[in-house]
Amino acid sequence: MRRWLLWLPFAVFAAIVVVVASGLFAPADRAVRSALIGKPLPDFALPPIVAGKPGLSTADFRRGKPRLLNVFASWCIPCAAESPQLLRLEAMGVPVDAIAIRDTAPALRDFLARYGDPYERIGADAQSAVQLALGSSGVPESFVIDGKGRIVLQHIGDIRAEDVDAIAAAVRSAR
Amino acid sequence: MIAEAGLAALWLAAALAALQLAMAALGLTRGQRALVAAVRPIAIVQGVLAAIAMAALIALFLGSDMSVKLVVENSHSAKPWLYKFAGAWGNHEGSMLLWVTILGLAGGAVAILERRLPERTLIATLAAQAGIALGFYAFLLFASNPFARISPAAGDGLGLNPLLQDPGLAFHPPTLYIGYVGISVAFSFAVGALITRDVGPVFAKAMRPWVLGAWIFLTLGITAGSYWAYYELGWGGWWFWDPVENASLMPWLAATALLHSVTVLATRDGLRAWTVMLAVVAFSMSMIGTFLVRSGILTSVHAFAVDPERGAFILLLLALYIGGALALFAARIGTVRAGTTFEFVSREGGLVINNLLLSVILGVVLIGTLYPLVAASFGVQLSVGPPFFNAAAGPIALALVVAMAVGPLLRWRRDEAGALLDRLIWPIAAAGFTGAGLIALAPPGVMPLLGLSLAAGLAVASVLPLIGRNPWRTPLFTWGMVVAHLGIAVSLAGMACDSAYTAETLIAARVGQPVRVGPYVVRLDGIKPVVGENWSALEARLSATRDGERIVLRPQSRFFSDPVTTTSESAIATEWDGQLYTVLGQPDGQGRWQLRLWWKPFVTLIWFGGALIALGGALSLVGRWRRERRAAAREAYA
Repeated sequence: MRRWLLWLPFAVFAAIVVVVASGLFAPADRAVRSALIGKPLPDFALPPIVAGKPGLSTADFRRGKPRLLNVFASWCIPCAAESPQLLRLEAMGVPVDAIAIRDTAPALRDFLARYGDPYERIGADAQSAVQLALGSSGVPESFVIDGKGRIVLQHIGDIRAEDVDAIAAAVRSAR
Repeated sequence: MIAEAGLAALWLAAALAALQLAMAALGLTRGQRALVAAVRPIAIVQGVLAAIAMAALIALFLGSDMSVKLVVENSHSAKPWLYKFAGAWGNHEGSMLLWVTILGLAGGAVAILERRLPERTLIATLAAQAGIALGFYAFLLFASNPFARISPAAGDGLGLNPLLQDPGLAFHPPTLYIGYVGISVAFSFAVGALITRDVGPVFAKAMRPWVLGAWIFLTLGITAGSYWAYYELGWGGWWFWDPVENASLMPWLAATALLHSVTVLATRDGLRAWTVMLAVVAFSMSMIGTFLVRSGILTSVHAFAVDPERGAFILLLLALYIGGALALFAARIGTVRAGTTFEFVSREGGLVINNLLLSVILGVVLIGTLYPLVAASFGVQLSVGPPFFNAAAGPIALALVVAMAVGPLLRWRRDEAGALLDRLIWPIAAAGFTGAGLIALAPPGVMPLLGLSLAAGLAVASVLPLIGRNPWRTPLFTWGMVVAHLGIAVSLAGMACDSAYTAETLIAARVGQPVRVGPYVVRLDGIKPVVGENWSALEARLSATRDGERIVLRPQSRFFSDPVTTTSESAIATEWDGQLYTVLGQPDGQGRWQLRLWWKPFVTLIWFGGALIALGGALSLVGRWRRERRAAAREAYA
């Protein structure tokens, strides 16, 4: 037998040790990565819920301009806390649409009157069906969708003041 | 006081291990008799001290000493005594202490019992054993102290995982650990023989009983673990290729290969390098098994990262021992004189095929087990499950069964292919007849069909070596081989029957509603609450009828309060031709209860076969021991 062959088991083992050690000392990455990034938005067509504002469908996201999709509800307290950031994003020129989860027209009207209305369109998702298809587990949640209807970013939880710039940048770069 | 005494014993044992290593090393290099003579007694005392530390920990658990952190985290004063007892090793620190205790006792046993090896090799072996123990002591003392106190003492403990509250499991880890540690002794023998360049039949004969003993315990541990998972987890399966299960299977595969190659080395002085390599690999597998499972790295990569210090320590030990042994192997084995050669068609050739097939299965299991870990380090999260293992290992295992049927019918050194074929007529006939009968009567899938046919062939081939011999004059180790191989055939038949003919019924049943499963009609008679020592449960009464005979089964859904957990206690009726397996699930809120019912024909053969395999190992061990004693007696009179 060739002499160098005898060192082969040692070499294989050393490689395994290096791999495990690199995993051990690398900083743990615990961010929940969405499986939806890079995927097209699931097909849906939601009816309008407040008078004078159109409903929302997948086709609205395929018009060549990136948009922000906000999943929210009037009964959700973090959604109220989030509204100033959405208004700021709208003021920065980001088009914002929404899906209202298990909501009623009067409650939603009150909410928009009270916290402001950044939305171009609002679709009513009375049974959470679209929310489930989006892989969204709670409200609020926001998605940046590029001009071809593909999801480029998923933001779980409310958008804080410090998140606004990153989201605006994601919309700008998503052509 | 007990905790401090235990810790002191542990420190002393560690100091003695260091002394043992130093004296052996100095004695071997300087050739000083006095130093060499001290090594054996030190090894014995070291083992006793480790055992004292373990006894102290058990006493703390039995006495529910809630000022000891480990007891608080893993026990509870209301726990039945058996589980307090088992709680001592049902956790990371305690299991590590048990490991080092068995290791120390095994080292002591080598020092007392081993008379065959040349003294230099024995001393080198004890040095290697001390070196391994030292790493474990350091790990316990610096990273996983089982005797750490908390102040103030806790009011009561947090309990033991209710899944572990089972008599079978209380003794499952010690059984496996004896197996793992037995292999560490074989490893130390190999290192000792490499250091003194003394790899030969004498070394193989000395190593064989340790490998055999370790292998018996591993077999028992795996068999018991499989049955435990089967009846305790309530999912009706007996093997899931879980990393924890694989961790016990991998050393077993390596030890099985080693067991066969060490016989070639002992009897024919062949396969020298290969045998030493297998000893290193087998121990590597048991190290990887204990450590990677205990550190949580395999079941969850994140748990490993939570405690990088402990993980780094473990990795360092692995790198030192396995890397060191592999480097020693590579550097030294070239200087070991090649053993005797042999023809391909021969008993040795058959054993080489056996070894190669076992190694390939081991490789498949190792890759499948480590792959998620390696993938994770490249940022990919995935898991490898039964579909991979069954598809990759199944066909090789069946080929191994063929080799196992043929091997024992071969003659040592050289054989004739034609004569071999003559000897194989009956096994081939049995396999063919079984296969044809099954296709005609109850055709199973391809793999179960192959499995059952090969099992029949193997069963016949296994007993052939006894034909034409006087059973009383046949050596006991030949009986051992026959029984162990027969056990494999029996297990294989059970596995194939289970996968081909299991009938399953999942239903939401009302009280009084009859449900059919296999040959049984099962009726839910009612549900009532019952109370146990530290749990309460909902218990279903099921009456199962088959051909007019009625049996009653009582599966439970159990609730534990410390910690809050629910377990399903399956109820199993065992008949001669299989088991009726029942599990009570959740109520659906409309007066119906989920029931899971399985009829599993001949499933018990799996574990009966496992017991036969272990029995075969035990017969072999006793047979070898008796033959040696007789030989020693003859020498004494000569």
